[in-house]
Formats: sequence, structure tokens, C-alpha cells
Amino acid sequence: MPDPASLDLNRRDLMVGATAAAAAAALPTAAGAASAAPAAPVTAKVAFTVNGERRELDLDLRTSLLDAAREHLHLTGSKKGCDHGQCGACTMIVDGRRINACLTLAVMHQGAEITTIEGLGQPDNLHPMQAAFVKHDGYQCGYCTPGQICSGVAVLDEIKAGIPSHVTADLNAPMQVTEAEIRERMSGNICRCGAYSNIVEAMTEVAGRRA
Amino acid sequence: MKSFTYERPATPAEAAAAVARNPEAKFIAGGTNLLDLMKLQIETPTHLVDVNGLTLDAIEPTPEGGLRIGALVRNTDLAADARVRRDYAVLSRALLAGASGQLRNKATTAGNLLQRTRCPYFYDTAQACNKRQPGSGCSALDGISRGLAVIGASEHCIATHPGDMAVAMRVLDATVETVDGGGATRSIPIAEFHRLPGDKPETDTTLRAGELITAVTLPKPPGGRHVYRKVRDRASYAYALVSVAAVVQPDGTGRVAFGGVAHRPWRVEEAEAELPKGAKAVTARAFAGARPTHDNGFKLTLAERTLGAALHEAQAPGREGVRP
Ligand SMILES: Cc1cc2nc3c(=O)[nH]c(=O)nc-3n(C[C@H](O)[C@H](O)[C@H](O)COP(=O)(O)OP(=O)(O)OC[C@H]3O[C@@H](n4cnc5c(N)ncnc54)[C@H](O)[C@@H]3O)c2cc1C
Ligand code: SF4
Repeated sequence: MPDPASLDLNRRDLMVGATAAAAAAALPTAAGAASAAPAAPVTAKVAFTVNGERRELDLDLRTSLLDAAREHLHLTGSKKGCDHGQCGACTMIVDGRRINACLTLAVMHQGAEITTIEGLGQPDNLHPMQAAFVKHDGYQCGYCTPGQICSGVAVLDEIKAGIPSHVTADLNAPMQVTEAEIRERMSGNICRCGAYSNIVEAMTEVAGRRA
Repeated sequence: MKSFTYERPATPAEAAAAVARNPEAKFIAGGTNLLDLMKLQIETPTHLVDVNGLTLDAIEPTPEGGLRIGALVRNTDLAADARVRRDYAVLSRALLAGASGQLRNKATTAGNLLQRTRCPYFYDTAQACNKRQPGSGCSALDGISRGLAVIGASEHCIATHPGDMAVAMRVLDATVETVDGGGATRSIPIAEFHRLPGDKPETDTTLRAGELITAVTLPKPPGGRHVYRKVRDRASYAYALVSVAAVVQPDGTGRVAFGGVAHRPWRVEEAEAELPKGAKAVTARAFAGARPTHDNGFKLTLAERTLGAALHEAQAPGREGVRP
């Protein structure tokens, strides 16, 4: 989480960045006065780092982080499946943690460090998790794959950081990379083709290599 | 999604004041419940007050020997906190049984308590729902109600509180700390926080308009063995049909709350006296007066068996939650 001082600055950036009408609308209304629904879409500027590159966008406030990446930055690796946080196809790593990019507003990520599948590796320079998915056939149609891989990378980090899961037998003992742990921790990524067992193999191999 | 304006206040009191003066404003924390509902235009705030910049993300010891959990502590961090794992394992377990890793990374303590109590018809804007549109009727009464409440419901709403964390908070006697638009603070015992539907199913909690949750405090650790057992339609990533949060002492006494059965976490303190006699005696009292629908009578059997399994688990050797 960024420190409060930087958030303060960000807030100013946001207000200054908003269009004139929007800035007025975004300011607190006078006490007792209820503001009506804004007639036109309200926009604001937001800046964050995506795959190591600083990006600035002027966005309709309603834009999800997923739509910001796909529609505005043309990073179409992250997929829109359900758009309701149920399928995991939109998984990105934000400030070191995997999240559902569809269930968060882009403007809420001022100053964030965002990694999408495009930032993990490239076709001629695959991330070990990408290479392992290829080797083990961790996909069929490939639609959920970017989310699976981002999630897979973050899951191994979570285990390493000692974050327990629902299937962890002893909450106070060191975490293990087991098939049960991988399956439980990956349950937020749905694969309609059912490549799960191959995904588990790919992740197990990467975990083993790391250890 | 309807258009809205947006601000990031600097202090909790400012945040509360911003929502208090505008009935169409809402706080946004992790956004995982609110944005879900805004996309369906079930929630249509015209102003969002982003609370993520308020430094309410610490877990601190209280002078009474308990813990004070900031409203913005993420579910992942709360579940992984060493003190929570050791002294309030039922809370870690409940959190880890909920949602997915991605969602827990975003979801906050306050947001989790305030996720809407709801049913599938609440999500379907083509169907009548008193909770979504007061006075329109309840589609669940004659509809599919397999997952819905068996006790404490009314003829206006039979939805269940879907959360796991709140069930553990209830068994731990947590207190919800708030600040309002005028800067006044209030402590709400968790037992009084979530409401039964009665004739006002549109209101899930006793929180007042513009009241901001700043923290949830836990009293000193209750000791004993801690179990959270959740029964659902698949092994992971699904809401509870029935869940049980239990803290069981070596002499067999303890506390127990049920999830997935009512409009709020269901705990009947008098029923806990029966714990040494076993699950059947407890559920007979805890669910006295239950009124299952044509669809969900199985939950009463399931509650008894889930509690039985939880009590069995509490006696198994090698479980955490035993204070050295
Ligand atoms: C696919 C899916 C599966 C899920 N499965 C489970 C599950 O199995 N078990 C479970 O328990 N939950 C589950 N959830 C729900 C999830 O736990 C909640 O969405 C989450 O906890 C909400 O927290 P948030 O911080 O994102 O809240 P938000 O969406 O930001 O806010 C929710 C509500 O709380 C209000 N609010 C937020 N912070 C404050 C504050 N400090 N003071 C006052 N009001 C505030 C907001 O105005 C809003 O009305 C699931 C969600 C999804 C999308
Ligand atoms: S049970 Fe409650 S939430 Fe569901 S349709 Fe009826 S009124 Fe709406």
C-alpha cells in the first residue's frame, strides 16, 4: 500500500486531472445537498506502471482495470470471461498480488505496479511458468491461460511467503507445495477445457525448480 | 454501470461526512461486492468515496489483550497474521474458506462484513425482490430456495448472509467500531450488527447512513480448539450451504455459530450449554422454531451433522488453536 503522503499527492493529481465539470462534480457538495447523478460520463487521469512502463490514461471513472489494459493500452492478453470475479481469466499481479482486474476501477490504482501476462515473458523469452504450461499442455483453447499463468506465479509466491490456504493442515507450520495446495489455491481460475491436471504438473515443476 | 463522481478523502471523518451528506454516495473498499452489483445496476451510487487511502490497515493489540483489526485489512493479511492464526484460528479458517485467492487479496474486513445479504433472485433484475426493490415481492418464496434461510426469515425475505468471516466474528464476540459524519464514534457488538429481514429486508445491518467502519476488535483470545467447517456444492470457491464456526474447550464446553442458514450469522447462546451433550442437543435448541421452505429442509440435518463433524475435528490430535 502506498504511503499516505503519496496518496495525498495522487488525490490532487486526480482532481487537477479531471475535466472541469468532473472536478466540480467530484468535489464534496455543500453540506446537506444531495448531488444528482452526473449527466455525462466523468473522466479522470490516472498513472501507473504496467509491465515496467509508466502509463498515463484519461479514463471514464467506470473503466475497470481490465478494460483499461485491454481497450486503452491494447494489452489484450488478460481476458474478459465473466466480468464478475468468478472465472479468473482477468487475473493480473498488482503491487505483487494477484487480483481480478475486472472487479476493480482503474482510477483506484494510481501509482500501482501492474504486471499482466505480457509483462511476465515474451514469445522469445518465456517466463518459466509460461514454458512449463507449454511443456505440460496446461491449456487447450487458451482463453483462461493468461489468468492461470499470472495466478500460478502468484500462488507459488504466496506459498513461499507463508500465506496459508483452506487445505493447509497446520496453520502454524511452514507451507508446502502439494497438489492439494495448488488445486485449492488455483480454484479462482476456471478452465472450461479442464486442463487442471496439466496445470498442476506445470506449477509443480516450476515450484520444484525454484526450491 | 451508471456514471458517478469519485473522491479520495484524507481522513475517516471526512470520508464519513462525504457519504453522510449525500444519500446516493457509497464507500468503496476492495470493490469486489460493490462493483459486481454496480455492473448489474443493482447498486447505483452517483458518488464513490474511495476509502483505500485511509490508513486503516493495521492489526494491533488492544489494552484488554485482544486485537484491533483495521477496516481495510485485506482478507489475505488477516488470515495470515501470526496472532490470528495462533489465537483466533477459527477466523483464519473462515477467511480461507471464502472466495478465491484473488478476491481475498482485495476484499477488506469492513467490506466483507458489509457484502450484501442476498439470494440469486436479488441478482436477477427481471424478478421481484423486496431487498432490491422494497414492496415488489419475494421471488424466492415460491421459487428455488435450496440455498436460502431456514430460520429467522420473514414473509418478505428468506435470503442468507453469504459471508464466512462474519460467522467467525460472531463466535469470537467481535465489536464493530465506527465513526459518523459528525466525527462521533460508536461500538456495535457483532450480535447487533447484522439484522433479520422482518419487514425491512432492504436493510442488512444496523449501520447508519454515512457511518464508516474504522475497525473490528476482538476480545482476548478464547483459548480452546478452533474449527470452521463449511459444506458447499463444490470443494472450493463456493458459498456455504451450511457452515459451523466452533471454539471448543477441553471440558467440552464452548461456542458455536452457523452460517448459510439465516439472514445473519446464527448463534443461540442458550443452545451452547448443550455442547457437552453433542451436536444433536445443540442444534435442537439452536434451530427450535426453524421454518424451512419446501426446498431446504435438508439444511437442518446438515447443520447437525456439520456440527457433529466440527466437534469431532475439535477433538482430533494435532490441531492448531490449542494455547500452549
Ligand atoms: C465470485 C465471488 C465469490 C465469493 N465467495 C465468497 C465466499 O465463499 N465467502 C465469503 O464470505 N465471501 C465471498 N465473496 C464475497 C467477498 O468476500 C466480498 O465481495 C468481499 O469481502 C467484499 O469486500 P470489499 O472490500 O471488496 O467490499 P466492497 O465491495 O468495497 O464494499 C462492500 C460494501 O461495504 C461498504 N463498505 C466498504 N468499506 C466500508 C467501511 N470501511 N465502512 C462502511 N462501509 C464500507 C461499501 O460501501 C459496500 O456497500 C465472493 C465474492 C465473489 C465475487
Ligand atoms: S429472498 Fe430476499 S433477496 Fe431473495 S428475492 Fe426474496 S426478498 Fe429478494
